[in-house]
Order: sequence, then C-alpha cells, then structure tokens
Amino acid sequence: MTMNILIRNGRVVDPSRGIDAKLDVLIEDGVVSKIDKKLTSSAEVLDASGFIVAPGFIDLHTHLREPGHEHKETIATGTRAAVAGGYTAVCAMANTMPPNDERAVTEMMIAEAARNGACRVYPIGAVSKGLKGEALAEIADLRAAGCVGVSDDGKPVYNAQLMRRALEYCSMLGIPVIAHEEDANLVEGGVMHEGYYSTLLGMGGMPAASEETMVARDVILARVTNAHLHIAHLSTAGAVDAVRNARAQGVKVTCEVTPHHIALGDDAVQSFSTYLKMNPPLRSTEHREAIIDAIADGTIDAIATDHAPHHFDEKNVEFDLAPFGIIGLETAFAVCYDRLVREKVIDLSRLIDLMSCGPARVFNLGGGTLAAGSFGDVTLLDLETPFQVTNTFRSKASNSPFVGETLHGRVVSTVVGGVVKYDLRETAGATPEPKSRKRKR
Amino acid sequence: MRTQTSALRSKDLLGIEPLSPEEITLILDTAEGFKEVSERPVKKVPALRGQLVINLFMEASTRTRVSFEIAEKRLSADTLSFSASGSAVEKGETLIDTAQNLMAMAPDMIVIRHKHPGAPKMLADRLPASIINAGDGAHEHPTQALLDAFTIREKLGRLQGVNVSIIGDISHSRVVRSNIHLLTKMKANVTLAGPPSLMPAEVERMGVRVVNSLNEAIDGADVIMMLRVQLERQGKLSFPSLREYYNTFGLTPERLRRAKEGVIVMHPGPMNRGVEIASDVADGPYSVILEQVTNGVAVRMAVLYLLGGAHMAE
Repeated sequence: MTMNILIRNGRVVDPSRGIDAKLDVLIEDGVVSKIDKKLTSSAEVLDASGFIVAPGFIDLHTHLREPGHEHKETIATGTRAAVAGGYTAVCAMANTMPPNDERAVTEMMIAEAARNGACRVYPIGAVSKGLKGEALAEIADLRAAGCVGVSDDGKPVYNAQLMRRALEYCSMLGIPVIAHEEDANLVEGGVMHEGYYSTLLGMGGMPAASEETMVARDVILARVTNAHLHIAHLSTAGAVDAVRNARAQGVKVTCEVTPHHIALGDDAVQSFSTYLKMNPPLRSTEHREAIIDAIADGTIDAIATDHAPHHFDEKNVEFDLAPFGIIGLETAFAVCYDRLVREKVIDLSRLIDLMSCGPARVFNLGGGTLAAGSFGDVTLLDLETPFQVTNTFRSKASNSPFVGETLHGRVVSTVVGGVVKYDLRETAGATPEPKSRKRKR
Repeated sequence: MRTQTSALRSKDLLGIEPLSPEEITLILDTAEGFKEVSERPVKKVPALRGQLVINLFMEASTRTRVSFEIAEKRLSADTLSFSASGSAVEKGETLIDTAQNLMAMAPDMIVIRHKHPGAPKMLADRLPASIINAGDGAHEHPTQALLDAFTIREKLGRLQGVNVSIIGDISHSRVVRSNIHLLTKMKANVTLAGPPSLMPAEVERMGVRVVNSLNEAIDGADVIMMLRVQLERQGKLSFPSLREYYNTFGLTPERLRRAKEGVIVMHPGPMNRGVEIASDVADGPYSVILEQVTNGVAVRMAVLYLLGGAHMAE
C-alpha cells in the first residue's frame, strides 16, 4: 500500500505552528514531506475543498476492552470508531482482562493493533499489579514494551504511599502517572453527582469532594516527587483550582476533560437513562462552568473521550445496576465544536490544540503537528453541514447520550500515516450494518 | 377561578413530581367517594371489571401491597401479586424481561415496588400498560403522599397553609420526597428535621425549610410526620446508636407537649417503637397512623380508577 497522499485545497489549521491558511499537505512514505500553496505530486489526491485540514486527533483515554471484554469492543472495532471520529491515535487503558500489568499484554495489544487496528494504539500500563492498588506493576518493562503512561483507571490509587512510589518510579522513565481521582469512601455506592438532582431522584450521590480531596493529595505528591501527574477526566471546580494552583507553583501536573462533562449536566439524569451514567458523573452547572472556564484560560491540556463501550444488555437495566461509562470517540469533535467553538468559548485552533497538539504534548507522543517530518496523520473536518448523530456507530457499542442530536463539525476523512483510514464520502451511500439488538423502544 | 380537571394526563403514576395541583385534587376528591365504598356492607364496585392488574413487588412490603390488593378487589379487577423471591428474578432475569413477559399476558395496569429509583419509569417507557409506582428506592412513593394528604385534608380541612414537619432519615426516604412535592404544590409549608448526616444535599431547593432540632420542628407544626429509621444504619456512619437517635429525634409525649393544639402525628409505617416514636405517642390521641392505613385503600382505589376505569369509560 502506498503511503503517499496529497491533501489539496483545504484550510490547514495547525495550532502547533500557528498556521491557519489555505495550503496543500503532501505526505510521502507516511510522513508529512511538504506543506505549501499549490503543491503538485504524482501521489493520490484527497480533495479537501471546503474542509478543515487538522493534525490527526489523539485520544488520551480510550477503553478498547481487548483483551477480555471483546463483547463490548475490540481493538479492531474501537480503532475503527476512532478514525470515524477523526482520531489517528488512541491511548488504550489498562483495565482489560487480564489487565495490562505485564509486558505480554502490552505486546498483544500492540500486535493486534498492527494486525487489525485502523489507527495508532498507545497502551497505558497498570500502576499496580492486577489493578489492585497494592504493589507496583513492572512499569519499566511495560514502558520498554511500548506503554506511554500508567494508570489504574476505573479505580483510584487509594494507597498514598503506592501513588508516591509510582510517581517516583515513573519520573525515572519519563512517563506520566494518570490518575483516576476518586475517594471511594466518599462515593459509597453513589451513581450520580451529589447535589439537588441526586436528592430529587433519590439516588446515591458522588460528591465533588470525592474527586477534589484526591486531586489535592496527588498534586502534593507530584510536587514532593517532582514527577508528572496527569489527571484523567477532571470534572469539578475544586479540582480545576487545585491544578491551577499547583501549576502556578511549578508542579508538573496536566489534565484532561471529556466532551460529556463539557456538554451535559446532572439535570439530564432525570430521564433515568443509563447512557447518562459515567464516572466521574455529569456534574452540576457550577462545576461545568468551571471546567469550561479552565478550557478557555488554558488550564486544561487536552480533551479526552473516556470512550467506555458497554454491551446493550449491560446498559438495559436499572440505573443503579448499569455499569459506568459511555462511548465518545465518534462524537467528541462535533460535541465540542458545537458547545465550545460555535458558542464562542474558544476558537477552532484552540479546539484542535485540545484534541491533537495538547494530547501529543502531555504524553510526549508523535503527531499533533503537520510540521515536515512528522507523522502523516491528518483529519479533515466539515464545519458547515449539520448532521444528526444516529445509532450506527463503528464502535461495537452504542451507549451514547448524543444519539438523535443535530451537531456541526463532522469528520470527513481521517488519514493515518499517509493512508486514508476513513472517508465519509465513500461510506455515505453504504447501508450501515444492521444492529437489530440496538432497537429503539 | 380554579381549573377543574376530570382526568389524569399520563397513563402512569410514576411520582407526585409530574402531577399538577388540579390532578392531585382530582385524586383526593375521587378518593373521598371511594372511602364511602369501603364503609358499605358490600364493599365492591364494578369499575375495573375485566381488567387485569399485576402487583410486581420486587422489594418487601406488607402494608402497601395489601392496600393495593384490597383496592383492586374492591374495584372488581382481576389481580395477581408477584414478588421477587420464588420467581425467575432469583434466576437472574432482568426487570425488563420480567416485565415484558408479564406484558405478554396483557395486563391493563402494573403496580411496581422496586428498590432502585427509576424502575417504574423504565417500565412506563417500554410498556403500554399503566404503571403505578408503589415506591422506587429513595425516589418516590406517590400513593403514600396522596394518602397522607388525604388524611391531612380530612383532619384539618385543607392543605394550603398547613405547617407540616417531617422528621427523621430524610436521605433514604421516598415518602419524604413525594410528600415534599405534593405539599409544596398544594401550598403547605414543609419543615424537615433530622441528623444532618441523613439530610440530602441541597434539599432546600425543593422548597422546604430545614431546622436543626426536633423542638424547632415541633414548634408551630399542624402535622408531625415521623419517618422510619432503618435499623441497619445504626452504628455505622450515619448515626451512632438507636439510643442516641431516640434521645435526639424520638417523638415522646414530653416533647409533644410543646406542640400546637390539635396537632396530628403521622407515620408511614412500619414503625420502630421506641426509636423514632414512643408507643404513647403512636397509640395516643394525636396519632392518625391507623387512619392513614384506612385511607390508603381509598386513595389507591382512586388512582387505579382514574388510570384504568375512568378512561375506559370515556
């Protein structure tokens, strides 16, 4: 397969170099070779007239579910969902079965991604053996096998000493510890944000304090260890403040927020839809506004999906009993474009920074730029044509709260290493695979 | 002028929150007529003849289930009661599957009690039958609030302006949520008291006053409603002991002495005598606890009739 392509006539927006201009991008042998006006080449041409040409998106937080939970998602289906959402790389979380706490699992994920994946896959290793929060996993070996960070995501690292040691150890390896910040005692069986709506609905609350107390602890540990702490799916005002203050003191702390915490509030849970159940939960307006302000002022480094596929049957139960998590890869850009750019919170360049350059920067990954010599990873976007989110995801799962919504900012085409891995124009006429089990009631 | 209404808008009764004051009044007025039926020698009317009502009780209940069964029988419905134990639920059948299987037998109404909030709505969204919520977790228990309101109205002649104090474990009570919705819609004044460790977040936004002590709650109250303490919560994180609970929030004859003339004492049952309420109060002259139970049948008849019988007749 040739890895040469000429992307012509698009509006190139590359925040890594402050570019916003009508340019052509030539990719040769899988890497960007030239970016200029009116390029000519014998390479295959991808017409980008009327579209945005951006460095490919990178998701710092994806649950690909393989190995072990292939009924929810596989590396093949999850990466297909990724490219349909404009992602050219995803970081695959460690809470698989078995968890990614040893080299063999990392190698399996990388091999499967090379065999059947549609985009780059960067495994995240476990902090602790078996994600049990007791003893460190063989993190140096995980790093050598290709892990780009470690996380017990899905659960907090509850033991402060273990967290401290993990930070120290990872500082030697130059990778971040990615923290799922949650004090399980404060959550105690909660299923949604604790506040007026949990009171109204009689549901167990997950207080903002359960995130904030842990963030406070971990930024202190990051300071004393001088290590890189990355806070996953930050969702509260207090956590934003803690990050801002720590940064001002020079602590190496970075953070991500999810599209759903930007777009949705806890009032939505009144529908009792299990597609509104995730951890951290949808928060109240004051928290939502605080994270949006933090996006605008630069405190937030990245938007990450926390793509968490679950089988239809698993979510088709009482709210209390449903697993936490929703899918997000295929709707992330449009949700954020609608809520942030169209509503003038940030400009397009900043959004692309949050979805591509920022993620590359915080985990020190390739990509996130269209500079000559970098990965030939490109995303084409149509900002003009509204589209309706339908239940026809490339993901194996369809647990998305955005089905039925009309959004702007559709991914038109995704190029990974100079190869077109997704093109809306090719798939538009095709009938999507019927998903009879995903019937609407 | 008050708008009159002769029917409920929804096919279901999932809670008090979606009801309008007019709908609440309609149910209470209808219940007055049915209370009279229960006092006749032949306690039966043909309103729901030929209709099948399934009582799906996925959580333990005596009073509410029996009350619904009696109400259904007095309306001449065919009834069937079903509980989680001894059913396919124990074999791992999901609620949706259980309900769809029952639906295949074409019931007109399903009365559901479930430990998880939102379970009745799940059924209502998916099934054509009328769904009546008989208590879902700590969310709502609408017929309890209706029978409480019926009892208050019967005793005090009105709801508007009545001072109702609700005391106890507010966090885990569906009764309190339905009562707050109903009483605030009907312009009664609601005061809550209980250990702050059992007071849910931002409950003031529901239009109620929260006070710190039992005495403050008793002062000026026309109605004192005591909530059941779940015994399994003692000695854990919510409160230290039943002894201390009784000393702090138990309603005793001594404490009741500071109450207004003509106060009524209510309890949704089941009671823990000597924990939230002293026997002398529960069995005393101000107690309307057993009248609440009697009124429960009439109120449930009204709900069943309005959701089933009334629209069938139209």
